[in-house]
Amino acid sequence: MLAFVLRRLFQSLMVMLAVALIAFTMFRFVGDPVNQMVGVDTPQEQVAQLRQTLGLDEPVVVQFARYIYNAARLEFGVSYQFRLPVISLLGERAPATLELAFMSALFSLLVGIPMGVYTALRRDSWLAKIFQTVSLVGISLPTFLIGILLIYLFSVTLGWLPSFGRGEVVKIGNWWTTGLLTGSGWKALILPSITLGLFQMTLIMRLVRAEMLEVLRTDYIKFARARGLRTRAIHFGHALKNTLVPVITIAGLQLGSIIAFAIITETVFQWPGMGLLFLKAVQQVDIPIMAAYLMLISFLFVSINLIVDLLYALVDPRLRATIGAH
Amino acid sequence: MSVQPASSPKQPPSLWARILDSDILASFLRSKVTMVAAVIVLVLFIGAAFSPWIAPTNPFDPATVFLADANIPPAWQDGGDPKFILGTDDQGRDLYSAILYGLRVSLIVGLLGVALAATIGITLGLLAGYLGGRVDSLIMRIADVQLTFPAILIALLIDGVVRGIFKGANREDTALYVLVISIGLSFWVQYARTIRGSTLVERNKDYVQAARLVGLPAPLIMLRHVLPNVIGPVLVILTINLALAVITEATLSFLGVGLPPTQPSLGTLISIGNRYLFSGDWWIVTFPGVTLAILVLAVNLLGDWLRDALNPRLR
Repeated sequence: MLAFVLRRLFQSLMVMLAVALIAFTMFRFVGDPVNQMVGVDTPQEQVAQLRQTLGLDEPVVVQFARYIYNAARLEFGVSYQFRLPVISLLGERAPATLELAFMSALFSLLVGIPMGVYTALRRDSWLAKIFQTVSLVGISLPTFLIGILLIYLFSVTLGWLPSFGRGEVVKIGNWWTTGLLTGSGWKALILPSITLGLFQMTLIMRLVRAEMLEVLRTDYIKFARARGLRTRAIHFGHALKNTLVPVITIAGLQLGSIIAFAIITETVFQWPGMGLLFLKAVQQVDIPIMAAYLMLISFLFVSINLIVDLLYALVDPRLRATIGAH
Repeated sequence: MSVQPASSPKQPPSLWARILDSDILASFLRSKVTMVAAVIVLVLFIGAAFSPWIAPTNPFDPATVFLADANIPPAWQDGGDPKFILGTDDQGRDLYSAILYGLRVSLIVGLLGVALAATIGITLGLLAGYLGGRVDSLIMRIADVQLTFPAILIALLIDGVVRGIFKGANREDTALYVLVISIGLSFWVQYARTIRGSTLVERNKDYVQAARLVGLPAPLIMLRHVLPNVIGPVLVILTINLALAVITEATLSFLGVGLPPTQPSLGTLISIGNRYLFSGDWWIVTFPGVTLAILVLAVNLLGDWLRDALNPRLR
């Protein structure tokens, strides 16, 4: 087990190093940090001196090492557009994105699992068929179209929900802001969360359905029926419980994509999160923000993958056995 | 190629006869949904390919576009003009024509992007599977890392970086290539993995060993002998990836880092229409959006069917 943990840790570290190399290459070679910091009329000597103070004349390996050292201390340089440290820009917007991602994940689980169970148990009912069709359409429609559709329906036509922004936010502590404590904050969360969570919801629904159908065919379900257990107990106590292991894995892995896909949702709803900041950075070729966002997102992805893998090994005794045998 | 006398009774059936006799055609004719999807895809492709001749006006010719015609509703609504069946956009362009031209741009980007992704993926997959060793582990590690991230994020990053490199150039000239490169570099992994897997199997078969024994150079063996035997499953990935590529292009254009409004794709048209949603001009966003959704849905349905039809286990 320990060997497995160490090996996975090492792999994650290598991935992070590879990503750091890409981020560094972008930072150093695509956008020249000096050209962005000086004006057109800055004398050449001053430019050269700035180069020296920034350490840009040192060997590339040394520069890379320093980049990693700085990244570990969350120092990613200064944004070209805003002239502010990248980390404070990202930190300011992180709560908005994390809240949105959390609510969409919750939505996709709370709606996706019951829909999946229902379509598996009542396979031929008309409601199940509608769910199936909706899920096919949900997978085919691009996220931004779903967002526009919801805005048109609930903001423009019905006027029930706001179409942009976070509503009123409350400050908690030094840097966390939340929309969960005000009515307008909750209202503003509804449409973006549904937009962002819809794809994951259809994914989870299809997964739960497939797993349920698989599990319902197994012997222990037949034996449970033979023992005369009530249908409800069989379906929810035995079948669903065994379905949930892969579902939780996928849901965990999807958390990363939710945060990445938030870029699109945040644009549609003008949600003041990290995704919107990243998109503006891409539009303006603001390399420091792009590089920092890449590093942060990768860290998140790699950590989630690592945790899910370790949890999986912990939960599934079969996997533990094969790992032990290695 | 074996040479056979023309009148030989053992002459292989013609390609057309083989198609008529195949399971694929039978399963195609059995599935009504697939046939409808195929017709839709065909109509959209023809519309895109011949848009300059089908479209009633050229929406990008400044001589025929008048700002006075801006934001006219579809012909069946009050204030509509029969000249513009689906209405006009904010610059007075006929929406029906703009959609046909936009469809063309979307499909060109999608097809080129998928072609680039397939070329990169197949080449790297063949190299990894055939050469093995360090080449294999390097390519597959890169693929693993890339697979950790959603394609749209990678496409956005590449888009930003490529635009940083092309900084001096005019955006309108480079936008299409930037998109094709972003899509190509975001979607190659799946091809590489599939091709590598089947190449690993083929590599140890007798015909490859024989070719090696004869002394054929490795690139020739890979291209002429291994490739034809591993290319099959790529067809399904190509179809499903085309839908993904079109969505990716539309998303990037919608986000404002794709095609500029002067040469709009469906995504650009939707993003223009989105600005007029609140003033009640629903048609500017609706018609391009519906076209995009129908295109993606139909291509996805075709891909699903193709996957099932080519899968021998499901027959």
